[in-house]
Amino acid sequence: MCGIVGLHLKNPDLQPRLGELLTQMLEAMTTRGPDSAGIAVYADRDPAPAGHEADPGPDQPGPPGQELRYSLRSDETIDWDLLAKRIAAETGRDLRVEPLGSDSAVFVSSAAETSFLAAVRRAAPQVTVPGFGRSMVVVKDVGAPAAICARYGIPGWGGYQGIGHTRMATESAVTTAHSHPFAPAADLALVHNGSFSNYATVRGRLARQGIRCDTDNDSEVAARLVAARMAEGADLADGLRTVLKEMDGFFTLLVTTRTQFAVIRDSFACKPAVIAETPDYVAMASEYHALAGLPGITGARVFEPMPEEIHVWSR
Amino acid sequence: MEPVILSCAELSTREINAALAALPDGASARVLEPRGRHNLAVGLSNRVRIDIEGNAGYFIGGLGDGPDVVVHGFTGWSVGENLQAGSVRVEGNASECAGASSRGGTIVIEGDASSRTGISLKGGTILVGGNVGHMSGFMAQAGVMLIGGDAGDALGDSLYEAVIYVAGTIASLGSDARIEELTESDVRAVKALAELGGASFGHVQPENVTRVASARGLYNFDALKDQKY
Repeated sequence: MCGIVGLHLKNPDLQPRLGELLTQMLEAMTTRGPDSAGIAVYADRDPAPAGHEADPGPDQPGPPGQELRYSLRSDETIDWDLLAKRIAAETGRDLRVEPLGSDSAVFVSSAAETSFLAAVRRAAPQVTVPGFGRSMVVVKDVGAPAAICARYGIPGWGGYQGIGHTRMATESAVTTAHSHPFAPAADLALVHNGSFSNYATVRGRLARQGIRCDTDNDSEVAARLVAARMAEGADLADGLRTVLKEMDGFFTLLVTTRTQFAVIRDSFACKPAVIAETPDYVAMASEYHALAGLPGITGARVFEPMPEEIHVWSR
Repeated sequence: MEPVILSCAELSTREINAALAALPDGASARVLEPRGRHNLAVGLSNRVRIDIEGNAGYFIGGLGDGPDVVVHGFTGWSVGENLQAGSVRVEGNASECAGASSRGGTIVIEGDASSRTGISLKGGTILVGGNVGHMSGFMAQAGVMLIGGDAGDALGDSLYEAVIYVAGTIASLGSDARIEELTESDVRAVKALAELGGASFGHVQPENVTRVASARGLYNFDALKDQKY
């Protein structure tokens, strides 16, 4: 099982309600997998100054206004401000802390991505980074969606797009690190309903290219594979085509970047997917009843994506 | 007799199904605000009429042995699954596995049905006004399907004795399915099925449908022969 949901807003008036709508969608999917859950939410931050709109790349520090936001998480008690000072000293860049519950925080830094992540590993190996990016914040945890969303105050979050996952583990352990979304590159997040069968083979292939997984989870391999192809220059749709070609198994995948929202199903369409589109939004869920409470749903075009079809929406 | 009103906004699925099961033969009920709710009107053996007023979820009308269920909207997976007798009509589209394993009764999808429609059909009748997705009629053992639109890939794979009529195009046939000549009795059967289906089957020309049935090459397993499983 597992339930996945996503909402890509076209009408900016709905942005203040993103967290509320996403929470309600994810809660409706609880019966498909109540062991752990997570979400990735994208919101517009300060715009980059003129001439600095381009992504600086993982090894370059960003200009002002192009800071990356790192979602951090620790199961052990941690002094986030102290950690922030150490990372700021190591990277030589100022850092802003946005607290996020007791076990999580968002660090905002213009340091180069690789140097920031290395600094976190050195300063606090017990801290994980569920996701990072210019627009995206990721939280995930063990437990039911309602409790997790309430604890982080997700219903109060605004944004222009978000995805969520509620898990019934089949291939690997139930821990926060094994929960979805998997977000291995800046502003890229993936949620998966299904199971891959050849993921160990693909993981080995990625490892030989120097790409390591944090967990033994099958879905993480798909996320790393998409990230690897996109780092080579593929667009999101091409990245998803690679999953179709190289990975064997059952899957409905919902994958987002800073500007795109994409859905793909395996060759047999073994796992469910329903998409609803209106002039105001595109919404996707494993089952329709997750969409039934959305505004204007009765007038939406509701359809199921066909096997191997890639649906992409861009803002 | 006025229909009994049951609202999903107020009642659990079990409460609704218990209330429906308690209806006397000849009674009717309206189920309001289904909002994609699963398992509505499941396992009923009374002769009642049930109107589901909106989009519903999985297994609607499943295991029915007598009731007539009408969904005024679309349904999720496995509508009318394992139906024994009676009918389920969906005025919109249906998702995967519509009528799976149904042994009797009639399932009418006025719009499109998704993949695996009529999988393992065991004697029921499935009428789809629009298209069906891939692997429809897979391993269907008995019964009949009429598809008013087009059929997806691998139609009728590993068919036994069920017969599939298609008014539109067939993307591809599955293993051991073949197109057979249409007889006069087929034409009469399709005419009756289209009438049973109603207005959304008005475009079906009984003499122009394609009959798909088993080539019977896979009936007996023979490990020593070149098989095409």
